[in-house]
Amino acid sequence: MGMTIAEKILAAHSGQKEVVPGQLIECATDWVLCHEITTPAALRMLEERGMDRVFDPEKIVAVPDHSVPAMNIKAAKMYQKLKSWVQEKGIRHFYDVGRGGIAHVVLENTGLIKPGQTLVSGDSHTCNAGALGCFATGVGSTDLAGAIYAGRVWFKVPETMLIRVTGELQPGVTPKDLVLEVIRRIGADGANYLVMEWVGETIERMDMEGRFTLTNMAIEAGGKTGIVAVDDTTRAYLRERGVTPDQYTESTSDPDAKYKVVIDLDASKVEPTVAYPHIPSNGRVAGQDRIPVTHAYVGSCTNGRISDLRDVARILKGRRVADGVQMIVVPATQAIWKQAAQEGLLEIFVEAGASVSYPSCGACLGMHSGVLGPDDVCISSSNRNFVGRMGDPSAQIYLASPATVAASAVAGYISDPREYNPAGTEAAD
Amino acid sequence: MPTVHVFARDHINTDEIIPARHLTTDVEAELAKYAMEDYDKNFVRRVKPGDIIVAGADFGCGSSREHAVWALRGAGVAAVIAPNFARIFYRNAINNGFLALECENVVETFMDGDPAELDLTGGTITNVRTGQTLQFVPVPQFALDVQKAGGWLEYMREQDRQQREPSPQEEQHA
Ligand code: SF4
Repeated sequence: MGMTIAEKILAAHSGQKEVVPGQLIECATDWVLCHEITTPAALRMLEERGMDRVFDPEKIVAVPDHSVPAMNIKAAKMYQKLKSWVQEKGIRHFYDVGRGGIAHVVLENTGLIKPGQTLVSGDSHTCNAGALGCFATGVGSTDLAGAIYAGRVWFKVPETMLIRVTGELQPGVTPKDLVLEVIRRIGADGANYLVMEWVGETIERMDMEGRFTLTNMAIEAGGKTGIVAVDDTTRAYLRERGVTPDQYTESTSDPDAKYKVVIDLDASKVEPTVAYPHIPSNGRVAGQDRIPVTHAYVGSCTNGRISDLRDVARILKGRRVADGVQMIVVPATQAIWKQAAQEGLLEIFVEAGASVSYPSCGACLGMHSGVLGPDDVCISSSNRNFVGRMGDPSAQIYLASPATVAASAVAGYISDPREYNPAGTEAAD
Repeated sequence: MPTVHVFARDHINTDEIIPARHLTTDVEAELAKYAMEDYDKNFVRRVKPGDIIVAGADFGCGSSREHAVWALRGAGVAAVIAPNFARIFYRNAINNGFLALECENVVETFMDGDPAELDLTGGTITNVRTGQTLQFVPVPQFALDVQKAGGWLEYMREQDRQQREPSPQEEQHA
């Protein structure tokens, strides 16, 4: 029987010729990604049980990102815990503050994680890496501990949802709008336990940054992971990072692979989409209601990449963030920060009256550096608009593309970015 | 007898179960003080050891934080029963030997404060006030094995031990 990409990768990592959905397997992990929020708990579990070892110090990537630079003493201790463990176990792939950024975005750029491999991390957006044609999924601290200890994790082989996208995204409409539209259609648990496999001409034409945005948000539909098959775009991206095709395995889904659901979408019909509070599936067309905002946030593992910052700069150039709106822009990694500086983007943000912050998760999960207060209204390029996600439970979070966030920051209320020359044409004035 | 706390809404997420501002600890007793804080601030004052949460579909969606399971268990919750669970919460529950039971129509069958009887061998939950009994989806054998071992890490350690020490038959053939 035909298999999907995900099934092939899981079969190869559990020593089997074939796996079928529903089957429980023990799967070898090629990579384990560790950050300072969920790793300390995993390490404590291992220590308490006398299982304090590392399956392979070369296969662990450690990146503090959630609460760094530490905003209080408790956070500083968690960072210390991660760092001292890294030193003690000789974990080489450690991206410290000043050399890293948001773990998922750091990892995708390292060239370490490759097509055909498996990755787990104690973080739900681990699915991000699936754009590289690998099987990457988020787990809890116990699973993380098991993976650190033995390089193994149990999985119930998931069924797959196929998302076929054709047609061209309109100018000003981005992969973020596409994924918000899919989640609006299928619901916040529409892909619960499923792999979301993206195919079609629209995906084939999309750059890697856009694909990461798609796979990153699989979890917002409940998905186990998102995945995109390897093509020339992937190969070129890897080559730029020093990875050659002989270093990885490309898998494609068989023509007779079984899918639980197939979704067809015409990308040309997708509009700039905003997910209203308090669930990512609550999508509406940007600008359909006049909703004043107090905060605008560009950043996160979903949309803090260089192409996102370029989208924002195009709109902010020569304009000002509206009075009464606090805008923060957070490049996802140190490398992206540097690139944005070299391209003059940071200057555009600063000129426009936005605050440029250091790479971190901080504001995305309401931990620090941009926590929302009571009744604040935030338009955000991140991925979750749950009650209390970014701070006070009474705050309202609207999710959108970086372009929509920028347009809304300028207008002072949620706006359609197509009114702001998003295609890169200069303003007429 | 356990009391049922009904959280009828679908998609109750881990940010509501344990908000990120409390994630600077992983001590269960500490997390327990904030269980369900952003959904119902008073829950921790009402809940008694052994109580049961009945919730809407997709319980535990969002962040992978296992702290959600620990906070609930620390607060005394013995089981969460919902039509279905978000997958990471579900596997965290299995790995901790915590009961996350899948059961249709459970929200409609209970009112907040109802006394309940949970029969794990029979696979049923009964509303003692109304006498209504529901059958939940049987817990998978693997989950029971993990629970029996004391959790996923113990289960793994056991496996490793067995691999290192060949079984008596293997020794005979060696
Ligand atoms: S940026 Fe936000 S969603 Fe992404 S890993 Fe950090 S906290 Fe999680």
